[in-house]
This record gives sequence, structure tokens and C-alpha cells, in this order.
Amino acid sequence: MKRLGPGLIMALVAGFAFLYLPILALIAYSFNASRLVTVWGGFSTHWYGALMANEPLLDAAWLSIRLAFVSATAATVLGTLAALALARHGAFRGRTLFSGMVLAPLVMPEVITGLSLLLLFVSAQVERGFWTVTIAHATFSLGFACIVVQSRLAGFDRSLEEAARDLGATPVITFWTVTLPLIWPAVAAAWMLAFTLSLDDLVIASFTTGPGATTLPMRLYSAVRLGVSPEINAACTIMIGAVALVVIAASLLLKRDQLAGA
Amino acid sequence: MKTGNGPAHRRGHLVVAVPYLWLLLFFLAPFAIVLRMAFSDAATDLPPYAPHFQGFSQLGEFIAALDLENFRLLGDDALYWQSYLYSLRIAALTTLIALAIGYPLAYAMASVPRRWQGMLLVLVILPFWTSFLIRVYAWIGILRPEGLLDIVLTGMGVTSEPLRLLNTEAAVLIGMVYSYLPFMVLPLFATLQKLDRSLLEAAADLGAPALTAFATVTLPLSIPGILAGSALVFIPAVGEFVIPDLLGGPDTVMIGKVLWSEFFSNRDWPLASAVAVVLLFVLVAPLALLQRARLARGGVA
Repeated sequence: MKRLGPGLIMALVAGFAFLYLPILALIAYSFNASRLVTVWGGFSTHWYGALMANEPLLDAAWLSIRLAFVSATAATVLGTLAALALARHGAFRGRTLFSGMVLAPLVMPEVITGLSLLLLFVSAQVERGFWTVTIAHATFSLGFACIVVQSRLAGFDRSLEEAARDLGATPVITFWTVTLPLIWPAVAAAWMLAFTLSLDDLVIASFTTGPGATTLPMRLYSAVRLGVSPEINAACTIMIGAVALVVIAASLLLKRDQLAGA
Repeated sequence: MKTGNGPAHRRGHLVVAVPYLWLLLFFLAPFAIVLRMAFSDAATDLPPYAPHFQGFSQLGEFIAALDLENFRLLGDDALYWQSYLYSLRIAALTTLIALAIGYPLAYAMASVPRRWQGMLLVLVILPFWTSFLIRVYAWIGILRPEGLLDIVLTGMGVTSEPLRLLNTEAAVLIGMVYSYLPFMVLPLFATLQKLDRSLLEAAADLGAPALTAFATVTLPLSIPGILAGSALVFIPAVGEFVIPDLLGGPDTVMIGKVLWSEFFSNRDWPLASAVAVVLLFVLVAPLALLQRARLARGGVA
């Protein structure tokens, strides 16, 4: 298309303003010296200092990061296997059920996923805490990881794999020496997305956690219920910054991958 | 592809088996337990809520012990079916508003030069990856009395007193549309981007005005994207908890919140399970629609 009409430019500007103004306002007020949101008391990093002294919040953040690390790794391994199964193993028995189970958690209301996993853990009489939340997060982010890897596998030159097999490489060696090096940017992006999903989740973690395992979103949720405070704005700003870095890194990886693959 | 034999072949099966077993154990089995739990009686049982399934020889006794009380309550108590209807209404309104905002946005994104499209795409996805909680919190600051919106509107002289939008249905809708907009824009953009522009040129060459060309060519061809986007917004919106809880008020009771409070406040696990089972049945039709839209677009959601 050659030229953008004024209507389309308006749609772009209005759409992105709607998406970004609330976040920008939130970030701006984290630097407000005044406690009142109605008053601009000048620029200050006071609330970031207060945040650094908030032990429960820092503990929760550290727990969330460890949890996201483990669950993202599990989700990426499982999601990559699932993507390989769907892309390479053709019509195996139960394929429809399998692809349904991979993709359903993407849209399933979180309250249902959370409740059902909790009931599983209670029935199995597992002690709830770090590991139950990790399993829950790995399960629901597996589908996201699978989609990212699957889209890379779809645009992949299979003759390379076939050449390796013809030269006598076993499927496992073919995977490690040919397939994985070619899809790794997608695998890395899948890991980052699973990581941020886990870091953000409130509902599923609330259901599947136990005493002593309070995640960052759970702490923030109880703080938000009490009202608006610049300290929460500061915490949110740090989280937004971290997520933005990860997403930009992931999209650069995928872009380089697409350029290399094209 | 060559089919291996011996250990290599068995390892090939592992690729399917490992994620398959994981999902059977942590996705499908939990639903079976929810279903079972929904037929238990909270008053007489304690977790894990007997009776357990003892095998097919005792199938008769097992069925006889099932308790329909929870579902009867869901039908009788107006709170429950009204909150289902209310959730459907809010989800439908959210979907329509998101479509009205998302379609022009996706259309404009698909129309800019290709080298910009990647960056715009990242810009749409970025807010999606920041937590729900943060996005909802941002709107609390804007909508609350004497919040940002009030400051701006009174400053411009549009209103003289606070709008009191927080804890209303309007606030819930704003929060929902805001949170789910990327789900609508992404599939729409994917469809519109792939659209064959030469069809539009052909329509123009044959004398169709731009609006006619849009209505007869672009719109019908983007229906798969509209369906996929609508399903991606509608399905999670029906069961949404965080947004109605933080932005809504006493009269915006959505079913996700009912489930949450049955579980966490009333500690009635069987009733919470029954709420979840009915919610799943409500979502079967839109889920089937999503699956069809995905198949029509070649597999990847």
C-alpha cells in the first residue's frame, strides 16, 4: 500500500495511545514525591528506596523469579517436545486430544485451571507450595511455548534433517546437531515468554500455593486491594521494565532468526 | 520420513509420550476431579470429599452416591445463574468494543510499510506481557474519584464534579477491553496482512468505491480473523476474576468472582467445582468456534 490516509493514522495513534497512556501514567506517578496521586510533588526516587526496604515484597519477588525460572524451563522442554510431536510425528493416535490439551490452557479461564490443579494436588495429598505452583505454571505456559516453537518448525527446511538421517545419524543426534541449532532462537523466545507468564500470574498461583510460598503478584494484589500507593507504582514500574527488556530481547531474537531463515 | 526401529524408534515415541502424559496428568485428570467434586456434598464431607471411584464393579453404588445438590443450588439461587448471564453479557460487550477498536488498529497496522509492521507488532504485544494486575492497577489510578481522568476533565472544564467511574460496570468494561485488546488485534492483523491486495486493486479497477471494496472484499476475507479474535477475547473474559474484583462494584458480580469467593471465602469446594463445570459447558460452543477458525487458518493460533 502506498499511502496512509488520515483515518488510518488516527486509528494507529488512538489505538496505541489507549494501550500506552495508562502504563505511562503509572510509571510517571512512581516518581512523584507526594503520596497523593492528585498532587505532583516533584521528581523523586523516594518510593524505590521504600520498596528496597520492604522485606516481604522482596522475598516474594525472589520467590517469583526462582519459580518462573524453573517453570519456564520445564514448559520450554515440554512445549518443544509437544511442537516436535505435532510437527514431525504426523497422525499418531490421540493427536486431536493432544493438540486440544496443548492449546486449551491458552484460553481457559484461569479460575478453572487453578481450581482443577488444586483439587488434583489435594487428592494426591501433595504438600502445596513452591513445587505445586511450578507444575501449574509449567502446564499452562507449555501451550504458549509450543506455539512459538511450532511456528519455527513450520518454516523449516526438512531436507537438512533427512540428509543427516541418510548419512546415518540417529534421530537423537539429528535433533541435537541439526534441528536444535536451527530452532534455538524460537526455543529461547519460548522460554522468555513462559518466564514472564509465570512471573505475572496471580489466579493460578493463588489456588495452587501453600503456606510460605507467596508470590509477587499475590503480594501486589493484597496491596492493591488496600488502595493506590506510589510504592506499588514503583514495584509495577520495575516489573514493566523487566518484562519490556525480555520481550524486546525475544522479538529481536525471533527477527534475526527470520532473517537468517529467509 | 524413515521409520526407525529398535531403541531409536522407541525414543521417537518418547517425544510424543512425555508431553502427552504430562498433560493427561496435569490438565485432563484435574478436570475429572473437578467433575467428581462437583457431585460431592460440602456439608457432610471433608476434603478430599468421598466417595471415591472404586472401579467399574462398584459403578452402580458410585453413581448412587453422587450428589446433585450443588447443581440444583446453581439453578435455584438467582445469584448464580444471574452472574452467568451477567458474565456472558460483559464478555459479549467486551468482545464487540474490542472489535470496534481493534479492527481499525489492525487494518492500519497491516497498511503501513512492511518494515514498520514488526515494530508495531511488538508494541501491541508488549502490554500483553505486563501483568494483568499492573494494567488493572493503572486504571484504578485513572478512574478513581479525583484520579487522573477527573483531574484532566475538570482541568479542561468538561465536568465540574468527579465522574465516579471506579466500581461501576463502565470501569469493568474499560479494564476488560484494555486487557484483552491485544488478543483481538493479533489474529486480525495476521489475517489482514495476508490479504491479497491485488483483489482490492481489481475491485478499484472495476470501479468499486473504496467503501464498497472494503465491504465486499476486505471484510468477508477477514472473517476468520474476526472469529478467532472474538473467541480469544470472549472465552477468558467470561471467567475473568481480577478485573471485576478490582474495578467492579457490588453490582458487577461475574462468575469468576463467584467461583473465587465460593472457594476462598466460603470454603465450599464442591460448589466452586459445580460453578466451574457449568462455566466449562457455557464455553464449549465458543471453544469449538475457535478450533474451527484455527483449522481454517492452517493450524497455528
